[in-house]
Amino acid sequence: MTRIDTSPEAGPPAIRVRGLVKHYGGTKALDGVDLDVSEGTVLGVLGPNGAGKTTLVRCLSTLELPDAGTALVAGCDVVNDPRRLRRIIGLTGQYASVDGKLSGWENLYMIGRLLDLSRKDARRRAEEMLERFSLTEAAKRPAMQYSGGMRRRLDLAASMIGQPAVLYLDEPTTGLDPRTRKEVWAEVQRMVGEGVTVLLTTQYMEEAEQLASELAVIDRGKVVATGGVDELKAKVGGRTLKIRPSDPSQLSAMQRAVAQSGLDGIAGAHAAVEECLLYVPILHDEHLTSVITLLGTRGFGISHIGTHLPSLDEVFLAITGQKSTSVPSDEPADRASDTLPEEVAA
Amino acid sequence: MSTATFSPSPSTAPPSHSKHAEKDGAAGRNRIGLRANLRHIGAFTRRNVMQIKQDPESMLDVVLMPVVFTLLFVFVFGGSVGQSLGGDSDSYVNYVVPGLMAMLGMNVAMAVGSGVNDDFRTGSMDRFRTMPIARSSVLIAKIVVELGRMLIAITILLGVGFALGLEIKTSVLALLASVGLSAAFGSSLMWIFILLGLTMRTTQAVQGMAMMVLMPLQFGSSIFAPPSSMPGWLQAFTDYNPLSNLADAARGLISGGPVAHAAGMTLAWAGAITLITAPLAVAKFRRST
Repeated sequence: MTRIDTSPEAGPPAIRVRGLVKHYGGTKALDGVDLDVSEGTVLGVLGPNGAGKTTLVRCLSTLELPDAGTALVAGCDVVNDPRRLRRIIGLTGQYASVDGKLSGWENLYMIGRLLDLSRKDARRRAEEMLERFSLTEAAKRPAMQYSGGMRRRLDLAASMIGQPAVLYLDEPTTGLDPRTRKEVWAEVQRMVGEGVTVLLTTQYMEEAEQLASELAVIDRGKVVATGGVDELKAKVGGRTLKIRPSDPSQLSAMQRAVAQSGLDGIAGAHAAVEECLLYVPILHDEHLTSVITLLGTRGFGISHIGTHLPSLDEVFLAITGQKSTSVPSDEPADRASDTLPEEVAA
Repeated sequence: MSTATFSPSPSTAPPSHSKHAEKDGAAGRNRIGLRANLRHIGAFTRRNVMQIKQDPESMLDVVLMPVVFTLLFVFVFGGSVGQSLGGDSDSYVNYVVPGLMAMLGMNVAMAVGSGVNDDFRTGSMDRFRTMPIARSSVLIAKIVVELGRMLIAITILLGVGFALGLEIKTSVLALLASVGLSAAFGSSLMWIFILLGLTMRTTQAVQGMAMMVLMPLQFGSSIFAPPSSMPGWLQAFTDYNPLSNLADAARGLISGGPVAHAAGMTLAWAGAITLITAPLAVAKFRRST
């Protein structure tokens, strides 16, 4: 917040990555990554295990030296200016890095002292953060007795002690149950509301959708797609309207009628005979009305109607050609109750 | 260089802060100011002390070792070794306690290895590395705390020793000198164990490896019995074993007798060990952090 040198209107992106490369032995963990994150926004870096997400965060937080390329974070070069950079960033890693033997308060107080706060300020800040992350009651207990969610919140609190301008969240909810995950999301949303720039890596499509305004899909060390959440979905084909005629024999007649309507992209309408469903790609919301009105005026009876928005899982599948690795129980609820994902991704 | 290059607190007003930041950046590899460095070491020391407080069992070695070893050696070997020394188990107390003092330093120093290893296996080190602090402060705080543990162990050892009839035949100052010598040698050993802790993959491996080094050094020395009854090849080893030198020096300082040669040898060993292993450990630490 107060730590960024650049003013919001004039400033370059808070994070600017160009051609970042990192090898580990023979494997290229990062293979020329380009990214921009505007100040005060959340970039979701989405990818399966081993895609290079953690390596990216490690390079941007001075834990690893990149082999090639440049990365500027709030104007600081990660290679040439690590000391200044470390005053600007906060990191919450995949594994909570709080000290289990220390109480929550001690953990935060220590971070405050390491950030050169006076004893008094470190104490005050620790208490503020405990309060804010609803840990005041557990303040005196050793962190190893905390639940997974509490540890993660303490970890976030520790990252926030120094009021970082840029926060890296490396899979912040991996291994958490759905309810705890929602708690962590709420905290992250609150931090973003306070103007922090966030780079979030995740394997969970739902998480990216919830938190990120922009997405970068990363696979085998390369960014394979970028854009807003909606933009990416549109790339994969946008929304689909499903219609079932009351009389199955009218399916092909219905398809012809719709195809002749001349609406944008409507030629892609296709019939699935076995299911007795007509699939109509919809690029604009008003086309929904148009299609239904058209069918009504032509006198077609309809027994079922539904729309399907591709989930990010499907987006990912369509872009990288491989399934994301999210755990089944964590998959986002299917938006169209009776549609199998393959139907749309195909 | 000067202490002005670290920026004091994140709550400083923005304009002055960015100025500080620029200065920091311009200075490039400029070190963290001395005062800030001391503050960081203090914070890490507090952390280590808190860890001990939360896990009092980690002090068992420090509390029990001196008690158990002193009782064990005085009552098991005291009679026979004491006799051969020309006295009884009482005179063995004065022989073995300075020896145990040398041994304790080594055994306590061993713990620093597992501590360093633990920090690397958990995510703690990563967080510290993303903060504007000198990495060495983590190591220095570890050494400070281990030194404290060492002094507690030696105090308990002397307490048990006095209860069993230890006599200071010289002066309190000489006694303190023997404690200081043991602590100095023990600290030099810490670098070896830090190096081990950074190299080995698990805490258990660190301890196993440390035991392999410790056992022959401890028993092939003048700690428990005078080497004069040992075979010639072993005597040659014990003569150069730094633990023998330290034990002999401590003995001289507590019970009177020649000190200069043994103390000189001990300090030479401590210096040599530190000169060789400290840079290696720091280099290894830099690379692995």
